[in-house]
Amino acid sequence: MANPVEDIRQIAPKATSLATQSLALNLGPQHPATHGTLRFKMELDGETIRSCTPEIGFLHTGFEKLGEYRNYNQFVVITDRANYLSPLNNNIGFAIACEELFGVTVPPRGQYVRVVLAELSRIADHVVSVGLQAMDLGAFSVMLWAFIEREKMYDVFEATTGARLTTSWTRVGGIFRDVPADFADLVRGVTSKLPPVIEEIEFMLSKNKIFKDRTVGVGTLTREQAISYGMTGPCMRACGVAYDVRKSRPYLCYPELNFEIPVRTEGDVFARYLVRLEEMRQSLSIIEQALQKMPEGPVCSVDHKVALPPKDLVYQDMESLIHHFKIVMPGHGITPPRGEVYSCTESPNGELGFYLVSDGTGLPYRVRIRPPSFYNHQAFPAQVEGRMLSDAVAILSSMNVIAGELDR
Amino acid sequence: MLSLGLDASAVGWKLLPVLLVFGAVLAVVPLLVYLERKVCAWIQNRVGPNRVGLLGPDGLAQGVLGFSGGGKRILGGLLQPLADAIKLISKEDFIPAQADKFLFSLAPFFALLPPFLTFVVVPVGADLTFGGTTVPLIVADLGVGMLWVLSVSSLAAYGVQLGGWASNSKFSLLGGVRATAQMISYEITMGLVLLSVFMHYDSLSLREIVQAQATYFDPLLGRLAANGLGSWGVWHQPLAALLFVICAFAENNRLPFDMPECEAELVGGYHTEYSSMKFGMFFQGEYIAMLAMGAVISTLFFGGWHYPGYASVAAASPNLAALISLAVLGAKVMIFVLFQMWVRWTLPRFRYDQVMELGWKVLIPLALVNLVVTALVNL
Repeated sequence: MANPVEDIRQIAPKATSLATQSLALNLGPQHPATHGTLRFKMELDGETIRSCTPEIGFLHTGFEKLGEYRNYNQFVVITDRANYLSPLNNNIGFAIACEELFGVTVPPRGQYVRVVLAELSRIADHVVSVGLQAMDLGAFSVMLWAFIEREKMYDVFEATTGARLTTSWTRVGGIFRDVPADFADLVRGVTSKLPPVIEEIEFMLSKNKIFKDRTVGVGTLTREQAISYGMTGPCMRACGVAYDVRKSRPYLCYPELNFEIPVRTEGDVFARYLVRLEEMRQSLSIIEQALQKMPEGPVCSVDHKVALPPKDLVYQDMESLIHHFKIVMPGHGITPPRGEVYSCTESPNGELGFYLVSDGTGLPYRVRIRPPSFYNHQAFPAQVEGRMLSDAVAILSSMNVIAGELDR
Repeated sequence: MLSLGLDASAVGWKLLPVLLVFGAVLAVVPLLVYLERKVCAWIQNRVGPNRVGLLGPDGLAQGVLGFSGGGKRILGGLLQPLADAIKLISKEDFIPAQADKFLFSLAPFFALLPPFLTFVVVPVGADLTFGGTTVPLIVADLGVGMLWVLSVSSLAAYGVQLGGWASNSKFSLLGGVRATAQMISYEITMGLVLLSVFMHYDSLSLREIVQAQATYFDPLLGRLAANGLGSWGVWHQPLAALLFVICAFAENNRLPFDMPECEAELVGGYHTEYSSMKFGMFFQGEYIAMLAMGAVISTLFFGGWHYPGYASVAAASPNLAALISLAVLGAKVMIFVLFQMWVRWTLPRFRYDQVMELGWKVLIPLALVNLVVTALVNL
C-alpha cells in the first residue's frame, strides 16, 4: 500500500481549485413547471444544468393498443385525451386519416365547419400556451387573462359539440350533427373580442425588458437542429423552417383560404412566443374567411355505407333503416378496404399524424399516432444543457409539451 | 377614557407606543392577505374571495346567530384570512425525516421577527400629550436609527437561508442559496443609498429625519416654510429613493425579485417543505416586511407622519394632530404596500444571474454616483 503522505503530495499540485460535486436534481414528475407528468434527471453545477435526461411514460395510457379494440368511430373518443389542450384538432386529424382509408369525401360544408373549429381550437391552444409561458416566467396575470379567452372558446365548443374538453366531435365521413343555427354569431362573438386581448398580452410581454431578458437567446435551436430532431409546429417555424401541413400537404378546404405561415429565424423562446401570437392572428383571419365562404348542405358524407343516414330518414325509409342497423350493430359496422394510410394534419403543436393499418375488418389492425410533442420533446436536452435551471422552465413551457400526446 | 391615563405613571405610557405599533401591525397583516388576494383578483379579471364574511348568506353571522343579513353579501370574503389562519393552524405540522429539526423550527422565527423589529425605530406619529406626560409615538428612539433597520433586515436572510438548508431538500437549498446571494448583494446597495440619505439629513435617527422633512426652504417665500410636500426627501434624493424602493423589493423577495421562492422552477423555494403554522410564519413575515419597508420608505423619503397643515392643527389640539399623523403614516404605508402588490401581479421575474447583474453592475454603481454627488453637494 502506498504511503498516504506521498499520495497527497502527488495530488496536491494538481488541485488548483476546491473540489465540487454536481447536484443530481430530479425535476418532476410532480413539479409545477412540467404542467403534467414529465420527468427530467438533471445534473446541476450550481444553477447550471450540466446534463439533462428526459424520462417519459408517466402518462402512458395505451391509446394505440386501445385503438386495436375499438372501431373507427369509437376511437375518436380516445383522441380527445391525447392533446388535451386541443382535442378538436385530434378529432379532425383522426377523422381525416380514416376518410383517406375509407375513400370517402366530406361535403364542403362539413369541411368548412371543421376548419372553423380547428382554427378556433388552435387559438385556444396557443393563447393558453402563451399564457403558461408567461406564468412560468412569473407573469401570473397574463395566464389568467388567457384562460378567460379559452373558456369563451370552450363555450362555442360546448354549443357545437356538446362538450368542452371531451368533444368527440367527428365521425368518419364528417361530423355527427350540423352546427347550431347561430354558429357564425357564436364564433364571431369570441373572435371579435380576441384581438384586444392579444394586444394586451403583447403590451405586457413583448416589450417588457424582464420578459425579453428571460426569453431572447434562450433555448436557441438552429434550422438544421430543428429538422434533425423532427420538430414541427411553431417551435420549428421559429427556427426559420416554413413547414406547415396546411400548406405543404393541404387538407380540408385550406387551399381555398388565404393565410400566411409566420416564420421567425431566431429559434429561441421569444421567437416561439411571437410565432404563436402571429398564428393566432392568422387563424382569426382563416375563421372569418371560412365563415364568409361557408356553403349550405350536408355536413356528413352521403355515402351511408360509412356515415349514418339522417335520423328522420331512418324512421321513414327502409334503405336508411338498414344502413343505420348495419353501421350500429356489433359484427357489422363500417369496414374499410385492406390497406394502410398515413395522414397528417397541422395541430397547434405541429404535425399530428395517424398511421392506420386495416386488415379489412371493422377494427383497425394498428393505430399509430405521431404526436408532435414526442418529437419536439427530443430537442429539450440540447436546449437546456449548459443553461441555467430557470431557463429550463422557460424552454419547456415554450415547447408546450403535452404529456397526454407525448406518452399516448 | 383617556382621562384615566392622567394618573398613570410615565412608565405605563411607554407601553402605549409598543402596544399600538405591534398591535396595529398584527391586526393589519390578515387584512393585507385579504387585500393581496383581492388586488390580484382585480388585476386578473377575477372575483377573489367573496364568501367568508360577516353578514350575508354564507356569513359568520348566519352560521353563529342564524342572521342572514337580508340575503345580501356584505363585505364578503373579509373573514377569509381568519379561515386561512384556522386552516394553517389545524394542518399537520410536518417536519421531513432528514431535516435538521432545530434549525428547521428556528428558521420561521428569523423570518417573522426582523421585520417586526424594524418597526421599533419608526416614528409612527407626532407626540401625544396627556396632562403633563408627553408620549412619543415611537417604540425606541435609537440614536443609530437606520443602522438598526439595516442590521435587523439582514437577519431576515438567515430565516430564508436556514429554512432552505435545514429542509434537506434540493429545491429548498437552491432557494436558500439564491436568497443569501440576493439579499447580501442588495444590502450593499441599500447601505450605500442610506449613506447618502444620512449625509442629506445629517442624522441616523428616523425621528430626526421626519423632523428634518417638516420644514424646507421655500424659494418663493425666501424663507423656511413648514410642512410642505416640498420638504420630502424624495425631491432631494430622487435617485436614492428609486434605488431604495428597488432594494426593498429585493429584500422582501417580492416579484420581480422572488428568486428564493420562484414557484415555477423551485416549487416553493426555501419554504417548499414547510407546512402548518411554520409556513404561516414565513407568510406573515413577508407581509410584515412589506409593511416595514413601506414604513421605512415613507419615513425616509415621503415625510413620514408629517402632513401639510400639521402645525396649525397641532396649535389647536396636539392630540388630534397626533392622531391624524398616525392615519397619514398608515395611508402612506398602504400606498407602498399596494404598489408592491401591483408590481407583483404585473411583471415577470428575473433570472437569478440577471438579478445579480442588476445589483452589482447597475444599482451599486448608481448608488456610488449618488453618494459622491450627495457628498459634493453637502460639502
